[in-house]
Amino acid sequence: MDRKKILLSGLLVGFLGVLLVYFGNPANMGVCIACFIRDIAGGLGLHRAEPVRYIRPEISGFILGAFLTAVLTGEFRTRGGSSPLMRFFIGMAIMIGALTFLGCPLRMVLRLAAGDLNALVGLVGFVFGIFIGVQFLKKGFSLGRSHRLPAANGFAMPVLALVLLILVMSAPAFIFFSESGPAAARAPILISLFAGLLIGFAVQRTRLCQVGCFRDLLLIKDPHLLFGTIGIIAAALIMNLAFGYFKLGFVDQPVAHTDGVWNFIGLAVVGLGATRLGGCPLRQLVLSGEGDTDAAFTVLGLLAGAAVSHNFGLAASANGVTPAGQAGVLIAAAFLLVVGFAFTKSNISVKQKGGATHEHTA
Amino acid sequence: MSTQLKVDVRGLSCPEPVIRVKKAIEANPGEPLTVLCDSFVSAENIRRLSGSLGYNCETTENNDEFVLTITKKV
Repeated sequence: MDRKKILLSGLLVGFLGVLLVYFGNPANMGVCIACFIRDIAGGLGLHRAEPVRYIRPEISGFILGAFLTAVLTGEFRTRGGSSPLMRFFIGMAIMIGALTFLGCPLRMVLRLAAGDLNALVGLVGFVFGIFIGVQFLKKGFSLGRSHRLPAANGFAMPVLALVLLILVMSAPAFIFFSESGPAAARAPILISLFAGLLIGFAVQRTRLCQVGCFRDLLLIKDPHLLFGTIGIIAAALIMNLAFGYFKLGFVDQPVAHTDGVWNFIGLAVVGLGATRLGGCPLRQLVLSGEGDTDAAFTVLGLLAGAAVSHNFGLAASANGVTPAGQAGVLIAAAFLLVVGFAFTKSNISVKQKGGATHEHTA
Repeated sequence: MSTQLKVDVRGLSCPEPVIRVKKAIEANPGEPLTVLCDSFVSAENIRRLSGSLGYNCETTENNDEFVLTITKKV
C-alpha cells in the first residue's frame, strides 16, 4: 500500500513536471527547485542576472501545500535547533552545485526522462556524492538534535510563501521579472500555484525524496523511496513522448551544457550536501512548510547560494561552466567534506542494558 | 530487574533514527527494543525497517511523542 502511494506520488510529480512545460515553463524545467529559487532571488533583486528573474509560484505552492496538509493531518510541528547556521551554509553549497549542473535532483530526473544524457552523467555524480555522505553517516555524522519550538516559528515560512505569492500576483514595481531567458518562460500563475500545492501535498504525505531514494538503497537496502523516482521518470517519459519533447542525446539539450566533468561534480556536491541535511531540496521546502525551521534555514541558504552564484559569475549556462564556477563548486565540495569531519562523532552510544538509557550525542 | 534496550532518536534528521535502531537491533539480535521518537517520518521508517528485519513494531503515541516497541517475530 505504502509502495503504491509513493509510486502514485512520483507519477503525479512527473506528470505535472512536464505539464507545466506545456503551459509555459522552460523546457525540461517544469519543476526545478534550484532554478526556481534562483529565479526568486533574481525577482527580489538579490542578483543581477536579467534572464533569471521571476517569483515562481510553484515554490509558494510546495510550502503552502505541505503546510495545509500537515495542519490537516495533525503533523504540523514546530521544531528547530539542529545546527541551523550550518544548514544555511550547506544550502548555499548545494545551490552552487546545482547551478553548476543547471538543476536540482528533481530536474535531473526530469531531464533524464526527456532524453538529456548529460543528466545521466549528473546522476552518476549525484549517487557518488550520496555514497560519500553515507560513509560519514555510517561513522556517526549528525548535525545534532532538533527540539520543539513555539508554534509561531513554524508559521514564518508559510507566511513568507504567501507574501511571495502576493508579490507575484500584484507585481509591484520593486520586483523584477525577466523579459527574455528561462525566467520569461512561465506557466500561468494559478496553474503554477495549483501544481505546486498538489506536489507539496503529495511529497508531504509520501516523503518522496530524490536523495533519500539512493541513500536508503545504499545504507539499508530499502528501495521504498526509489519507487517515487521510478514514478517520476515513468510519467515524465510518457508525457515527453506524448508532447514531442523527448530528444535523446548530449548536444543541444534545453538549459543544459555538455561538460560532463562539471555535471558530475556539480551534482556530487548536491548529493553530498543533501545527504548531510537529510533530504533533497524539494523535501527541504516541504519540511519548511510543516514546521521544520532547520529546513527553513536550508531554504534561505539556497536563496543566498543562488544570489552568490549569479553575483560572482559561478552559475553555469548553456555555454558551460566558467572558471569561477569551477572554483566555486570545488570550494563547496571542500566545505561539505570539512562539515563531514567536524560533525562526525563515532562515540555515540545508542543503547544500554539494564533499564537506564544513557546516550552521548552531538 | 528486566533487561531493557532503549534508543532515543528524538530530534534526529533522516536517516539517523533508522541507522541507530538498526545498529541496536544488530548488536542485540532477537531482543526487544524500545524506541523514543518524535517525528511521524522517523516512526514510519522505523516500522518499515523493523518489518524488513523480521521484527514486529507497536506504536503508542504519548504527548506528541511516539514509543515504538520492537520485538522479534515468532
